[in-house]
Amino acid sequence: MKKYILRRVIISIVTIWLIVTISFFLVHVLPGNPIAVNSGKILSTETLDKLTEYYGLDRPLSEQYLIYMKNLLHGNLGYSYKYAGQTVNGIIAKTFPVSAQLGLQAYLISIPLGFLFGIIAAKRRGKTVDYLLVGFSALGVSVPVFIVAALLQLIFAVELKWFPVSLWKGFSYTILPTLTLALGSIAGRTRSMRTLMLEIVNEDYVKTAKAKGLSKAVIVWRHQIKNAVIPMIPMMGMELVGILMGSFVVENIFAIPGIGSYFVTSVQALDYTMILGLTVFLGVFVVIANFIVDIIYGVIDPRIRVTK
Amino acid sequence: MEPLLNVEDLQVSFQTFAGEVAAVRGVSFQVNKGETLVIVGESGGGKSVSMQAIMGILPMPPARIKGGRITYKGEDILSKSDKEMEKYRGKEFAMIFQDSMTSLNPTMRVGRQMTEGIRKHQKVSAQTAKEIAIDMLRQVGLPNPDKIYKRYPHTLSGGQRQRVMIAIAISSKPSLLFADEPTTALDVTMQAQILDIMNQLKKDTGASILLVTHNLGIVAEMADRIAVIYAGQIVETASARELFFHPKHPYTWGLLGAMPGMETDKSTELYSIKGTPPDMFCPPIGCAFAPRCAYCMEACRKEAPEEYREENGHSTRCWLLDERAPKVEAPTAVIPKPLLNEEEVQ
Repeated sequence: MKKYILRRVIISIVTIWLIVTISFFLVHVLPGNPIAVNSGKILSTETLDKLTEYYGLDRPLSEQYLIYMKNLLHGNLGYSYKYAGQTVNGIIAKTFPVSAQLGLQAYLISIPLGFLFGIIAAKRRGKTVDYLLVGFSALGVSVPVFIVAALLQLIFAVELKWFPVSLWKGFSYTILPTLTLALGSIAGRTRSMRTLMLEIVNEDYVKTAKAKGLSKAVIVWRHQIKNAVIPMIPMMGMELVGILMGSFVVENIFAIPGIGSYFVTSVQALDYTMILGLTVFLGVFVVIANFIVDIIYGVIDPRIRVTK
Repeated sequence: MEPLLNVEDLQVSFQTFAGEVAAVRGVSFQVNKGETLVIVGESGGGKSVSMQAIMGILPMPPARIKGGRITYKGEDILSKSDKEMEKYRGKEFAMIFQDSMTSLNPTMRVGRQMTEGIRKHQKVSAQTAKEIAIDMLRQVGLPNPDKIYKRYPHTLSGGQRQRVMIAIAISSKPSLLFADEPTTALDVTMQAQILDIMNQLKKDTGASILLVTHNLGIVAEMADRIAVIYAGQIVETASARELFFHPKHPYTWGLLGAMPGMETDKSTELYSIKGTPPDMFCPPIGCAFAPRCAYCMEACRKEAPEEYREENGHSTRCWLLDERAPKVEAPTAVIPKPLLNEEEVQ
């Protein structure tokens, strides 16, 4: 086990290094000068040259890369080109907790509900409840987030006035965006769980369980659910990463100061350090999430458990 | 004497998108106490479906029991609710499945899979259940049963798993053991051992066995009585000896003829019954075997044959046994050669 973890850690470090290196060169392939893009007015050639020199952008790419890597090793992601005087570290520290809270809330709602709906639909296959849940999940998966968000705002904020329309100033502000984010997730999970449960009903070991005289509830709970969940675990790890990293659309609609919008705006602004900083941050998350998923996978499914 | 299990005119259909499949079309048989009844027939004949219908483990829907009566120890079990049947399954009835590789839950230790049934039916403490389970594992001939108890199924071989399945099945001392091709997925040496265990169990506990197979070698090894099933109907039933030496139905002749004997070598082509079983979406009006039967008469295509019963319990569904039909003898080639002399076997 120790060996396995050590190996995974080394692989993870190499993965992150690859992500950083590839993104670094890709970013610099983008046409345009970040200083010219972000200054907001037309600069004279002299000023532009001076600023370019000041930011070190005139040096050879290989040298820039080495400098960036050195700073990265110290945990320093550099200054943003777009937001004057702000470090990338500072922006992440300020905005990530907001997105993470929102994402985590949505995730914690969507897991139990998604599983529950899926199990109910499968158990009541062909009944009204099943059709309702299948209909709900088809809608949830196919209706775009911005429509769901707008509808929720219209119904619960404008008409019923239960929750504020937008902004981020306390728990009541988090409810509508959380629901918006959770809905798609619940819908997707309901559908997968239903399918998996229906597949597992036909497994021989479920017949064995039935032949032992176990009650329906025990069979579902003890024999079906655990086996149905296994194929969903890898998906759930990646989903968590995605949902924590914020959503451009949801954060924009609800005017939430999260990290999601920076993913888009930093590329538009050629904000080199911001793009790279976010990529590294995301990369680390993905790697850690995968690691945790593999461990959980082994706990649930003994067939892929790592032996000493 | 009243039979332990009595199945009368059982009919099971499956609803599919393409229509209704009549898998079992009026199957009747009895299993007496302490007896092994073997149901033989080719794939798709309705063997497993009949068995699962009795156990009450058919997935319904798509399956539907359309008619018939099943009585066990004099009680009508078809009219019992699923909840009531839970007291029968695993206690009175137990089942060994065909594929031992997939019949155990991959995410649960062997021990747990055994004790959950034991505790359900015997109401014992966890500790006692464990002792019973380990004792059962020992009885089916597994070495180091306390180690096996803690293992996961994927760490066991196919033969070991099938032994575990048998251990699960016999742990609550069932009166009727169902075995659905229990040795098909195993290699030949393992087959013999598994059959031995089942025979031993029968001897020790007086349990009855209802075995389903398409392997006639197993039939000879196990059967007290044999029922031959074709296209969802029992076409011939008799005691094992009677059926092997005096088969009456052309389909039985075909099955026996298709079995390689000691003298069969590479140069002789193995006999096979021409054609394929009928499409059960639209079951035939007359005898289901008629299109493949070498002795087919006009009556066979028009009307399903009656059942002709003899005093020794041999019954056959074939128009050839009608007094108006021409007398046809079973081809001598189909009688198993090593056993040809009936008196010697006796």
